[in-house]
Amino acid sequence: MQSIHTKIWLEEPENDNPYATKAAYCHGYNVYDEMLGNCRWVEMLFLLLKGEAPTQQQADLLEHLAVVLANAGPRDAAVHAAMCAGVGKSVAASSLIAALAVGAGQYSGAREVYLIMECWNKLGTDENQWENFLLNPSSSDIISTWPDIEHIPGFDPYGNTTPTSIITILKKLQIDSNTPYLQWLFDNRTFLEKLSTKPITITMVAATAFIDLGLTLDEGEMLMLLLRLPGAAAHTLEQKKYGHKNFPFYPIKLESQDNKESR
Amino acid sequence: MNPKYLKSFSNHLKTSMGACFPGDKAIFRGHDLHKELMDIEWFDLYVYGITGRRFSEKKLTLLQFLWTYTSYPDARIWNNRVASLSGSSRSTANLATSAALAISEADIFGRGIDIKAISFLKRTVDSIKQGENLKDCITRELKNNRGIAGYGRPIASGDERIQPIMKKAESLGLSHGIHIKLAYQVDDFLTQGRWRIKMNYGIISAALAADIGLSPSEYIQFSFPAFLAGIQPCYTEAVKNPAGTLFPTACKDITYEGKEKRSWKEN
Repeated sequence: MQSIHTKIWLEEPENDNPYATKAAYCHGYNVYDEMLGNCRWVEMLFLLLKGEAPTQQQADLLEHLAVVLANAGPRDAAVHAAMCAGVGKSVAASSLIAALAVGAGQYSGAREVYLIMECWNKLGTDENQWENFLLNPSSSDIISTWPDIEHIPGFDPYGNTTPTSIITILKKLQIDSNTPYLQWLFDNRTFLEKLSTKPITITMVAATAFIDLGLTLDEGEMLMLLLRLPGAAAHTLEQKKYGHKNFPFYPIKLESQDNKESR
Repeated sequence: MNPKYLKSFSNHLKTSMGACFPGDKAIFRGHDLHKELMDIEWFDLYVYGITGRRFSEKKLTLLQFLWTYTSYPDARIWNNRVASLSGSSRSTANLATSAALAISEADIFGRGIDIKAISFLKRTVDSIKQGENLKDCITRELKNNRGIAGYGRPIASGDERIQPIMKKAESLGLSHGIHIKLAYQVDDFLTQGRWRIKMNYGIISAALAADIGLSPSEYIQFSFPAFLAGIQPCYTEAVKNPAGTLFPTACKDITYEGKEKRSWKEN
């Protein structure tokens, strides 16, 4: 008899139905009888990923971050993708699949968060190491289906100065002794930006917070994907009501194949 | 680069790939789809769309057979299982297929193997051209990556797809390219050495595609629907079976290996 193995979830069946749940336990905690009513959504999220309940500070940080990431707004490529499903009245799941596919990327997406977290794990909070990296950025030589990275993860390749929103977020994320990486980022932001010549991005803030929360690269990437879905869903439903006639269908400049290839 | 650079891209699409002009025409890579390309087969168009190059009929035939021989409608296989679970859960065929193809980009099968296999072959062909010997190339690869994508079958059980693919390649006169020869040389080395592993479909498919002229990135794009023909029947059957009957899992069928029961209130 083959079975699925899990350290996360234990279910006890009803006596008359082995497929019906009498009680469920998440990492040992009774979900419906004890956690329900006493547990915040972010505590459940953290418990699912890490196997232990978060401290109050960890839960607060995760909740604040979840608010920050909930909606990137309609200018964001992932939300834009979801809205395309909305205007065409595509099936609901496809809008989130679209948001996930686009929001997964190395530019402003979950893979960028993964790569930034990788930097934190390699460089820590060592100014010299960050200086060496930012002056000679190198990307992984591991062959994968991801396209080659074209910018330093965590820095806006098109940016001039740090957006006020990023500074505000950093100030409000309740940085303290429990968040040494966010603290270091806050203290050394201008140092990093001077070296990279580019301002930091929201993916840098999210990745740094994930490191402070003790998440692995995989967990951080997954959480980034997850936490950005609410906005994608809301904008999809909104555009479904506006309809395609109110959604841009941009003018096109068609170049010849020869011109494109000769450039 | 700065915001001005981004602004130069705003509010319009500049493209050389194509456009539709409703009521008039559609342009596909510079050609009128309904006139200049009106007789093109879909598969030919698909490969042309990715590469911008047209391939001979024989090459296109072989590329298609790379997909045909790996189309297994077995709902236990992970990507197929996604499609079947979708059917069993009464989701749509479109979502089922999209998700099944999405998970086919995996480290241990599908696109993750494909990109590594074709990159290894291209890299090794270049190294040998520059005078390096094959043994050194293989040893470095094994040292750097703890294995070579496309080699991993136990010697006792070969890969059933290889023989028909090579037979087809031979019949089309496409079985003697530099990459396929290299794939077999590496197989000889690994089979005879202490590794005792054999080639599988991944390296054969990558080698033939490379010999046909696909680059690694083109090969990955091309391979996207590779499992599609096997995926669809899984959904077809599952959606006809009674809902929820694909791998129903009872509570006792789960092996729980986690923490003992504990009290949340004590946190």
